Amino acid sequence: MSLFSDPRWSEALGHLPDYLGNHVRVSVTALALGLLVSLPLAIFSRNRPVMRGALLGLASIVQTVPGLALLALFYPLLLALAALSLSWFGVGFSAFGFLPAVLALALYSMLPVLRNTITGLQGVEPAILEAAQGVGMTERQSLLMVELPLALPVMMAGIRTAAVWVIGTATLSTPIGQTSLGNYIFAGLQTQNWVFVLFGCLAAAVLALAVDQLLALIETGLRQRSRLGVAFGGVGIAVLVAATLMPAVTRSQSTYIVGAKTFAEQYVLSALIAQRLRAAGLSASSREGLGSNVIFDALASGDIDVYVDYSGTLWANQFHHSDIKPREELLDELKATLATQKITMLGELGFENAYALMMTRKRAEELRIHSIADLASHAPTMSMAADYEFFSRPEWAGLREAYGLSFRAQRQMQPDFMYAAVASGEVEVIAGYTSDGLIAKYDLVVLDDAKHAIPPYDAIVLLAPKRAGDLALRAALSPLLGRIDIAAMREANLRAAGGDGVSSPDAVARWLWEKIGKR
Amino acid sequence: MTGAPPLIAFAHVGKSFDGGRGAKPVLAVNDVSLDVAEGELLAIVGGSGSGKTTLLRLASRLIEADSGSITIEGADVRAVDPVQLRRRIGYVFQSGGLFPHMSVADNIGITPKLLGMPAAEIASRVDELLDLVRLDRTQHRDRLPQELSGGQRQRVGVARALAARPKIVLMDEPFGALDPLTRDALGDDFRDLHKKLGLTTVMITHDMTEAILLADRVAVMRAGRLLAQGTPAQLSNSDDPYVGELLRTPRRQAERLNVLLPKGGPA
Repeated sequence: MSLFSDPRWSEALGHLPDYLGNHVRVSVTALALGLLVSLPLAIFSRNRPVMRGALLGLASIVQTVPGLALLALFYPLLLALAALSLSWFGVGFSAFGFLPAVLALALYSMLPVLRNTITGLQGVEPAILEAAQGVGMTERQSLLMVELPLALPVMMAGIRTAAVWVIGTATLSTPIGQTSLGNYIFAGLQTQNWVFVLFGCLAAAVLALAVDQLLALIETGLRQRSRLGVAFGGVGIAVLVAATLMPAVTRSQSTYIVGAKTFAEQYVLSALIAQRLRAAGLSASSREGLGSNVIFDALASGDIDVYVDYSGTLWANQFHHSDIKPREELLDELKATLATQKITMLGELGFENAYALMMTRKRAEELRIHSIADLASHAPTMSMAADYEFFSRPEWAGLREAYGLSFRAQRQMQPDFMYAAVASGEVEVIAGYTSDGLIAKYDLVVLDDAKHAIPPYDAIVLLAPKRAGDLALRAALSPLLGRIDIAAMREANLRAAGGDGVSSPDAVARWLWEKIGKR
Repeated sequence: MTGAPPLIAFAHVGKSFDGGRGAKPVLAVNDVSLDVAEGELLAIVGGSGSGKTTLLRLASRLIEADSGSITIEGADVRAVDPVQLRRRIGYVFQSGGLFPHMSVADNIGITPKLLGMPAAEIASRVDELLDLVRLDRTQHRDRLPQELSGGQRQRVGVARALAARPKIVLMDEPFGALDPLTRDALGDDFRDLHKKLGLTTVMITHDMTEAILLADRVAVMRAGRLLAQGTPAQLSNSDDPYVGELLRTPRRQAERLNVLLPKGGPA
């Protein structure tokens, strides 16, 4: 089958020990923590109606928060706590990756465990409870010898549900910096690598099924009082945990961690940086698919060492400037601001990835639209699409104000689908990215922003405070500065969106280095 | 009563339950005084809601009395640790009350286990008890309760109650849900055990015939009150109309049976 001869399968397989290991580690820890909290709470509250109601209500509310949002919320919360702990006790901790993921997932696991434990315990017949008392059991003995064993099947059903939920939801912990099987899915979605998406989904499903079956084995063992069954299940879980802990133990501390946001260009650039570091004899690993708001804080606190951001993004989103300055001035000011946080702005890569309004060439010519000013009069009859953040970004407010833009409909979509949507006429205007390879592929025109309502978005390399004086790092990366022009980046991005064997970020990064290194 | 002090004594005992949802409290047991002598088998007869089960639960402190006092072996039950008290009293529950997740042997051995008896001793005690209640050791020891017939379950219930060698056994409608033949056999077997082991037994039943046939003395309860108590002969002299009515049933049954089953049958 040609489907499986695709080299991306073997590439995906190569990531498996790292992704799966991290996934199991975060899931098992979260589940254990969830059980440790939920089981005693459920037992304690089973005969206390008010507390029981409050607990179940709270757990239900948590459950209605989308998994991604819950995970994302824990990041700033922990960041604040870490800062507090640092100033009060002099001990900080990393609010990045593992910890917020574990806490959010543990919270997520509580509802099924709480509900099933309480239901199971309440389902024990009163006559049996009286018999337990009557034969001379204390409350504790009754709980341990009669109530819990009888409630066990219902409790285990809850624990199994929680396990499957946690393993599934853990795929969403990628954007807050926890490597997981979600890395396949996020990377795959961004680079149109459906092999990766499929691989990630399959791996998560297989893992969930395996854990579910091991728990089922333990459950049957406990119910039939068969030590063998319990032992098999227990050993299975233990082996799973041990196997996934191995890579963590062997990971060296001196590794440079390269961050990447959640889109194709970032995957390519982080692969390029990692390749350069390895070429210079340094060891490097990637943390990909990080949320836009998470990645900067992660760099500032040293959880990642280096990544590429864009001047306008930092200017508007991170430092909340609403005014827009000329390119050089903005870069200088940004560099100074970053320096106050001890972050090094190593330099520009040489291209801009700005937001820009785009239309198909055909439609633009029909309507004689060349600039955003031309667009303004047609906008009320048109629909527009952008990525998830654009409409809440200051650029959009700036654009509307500067040109008096108002569209009939605004839609948010996955960036990859946005280009296809404008090409097919589903929407007429999109807020695309100037470095995107799809501009050429779909024959789009970029509308002129004569009033400079959108700030410049130079791609810049940032170094973590602890790497400020790292000469080896600087030397390894300086060949990239000023070398990647917009044409090269567009072509790289187009290749990355190719959806075939040579479109992996690594392969594209190698191609990009070939192209720029030869100049 | 004269002579030896009673082993169990209820004195002016009262207990009411919350009617729920603001309803008036229900007086389940109303000023009941009743003595049970050592070695006696007392049956308490009454309809549902008469308070007979409540009285039994009060004796082992599964619930606490509102008023009056209950003395067991000379000590007020309120002065005794309830858990220790229950381990000293055998209790046979309505329809068995066996733990569904435990084998027959584990069910029978539970109270000795709670008392800290070594496992080997428990095992031999369980075998002894299986013999005592006429269940086959090898066939029944490792079964789960749901694999047994109703009569076998009740035999296990009796064995469990006797496991820690109690002097007192309380039985809550032990044979109520059984077919007449099994019920008869079990009743007779228990009567023998009661004599052989020198037990003091209080048995709850709604069946006056059963009470008369098994018990030394019968107490009659209705709406929380003790209406009458005494040997069957003493009861038949009671002028209480309810007691009279209760006694009329077995009498009429006996007369009709005599007519319908003329002499000669194997019984």
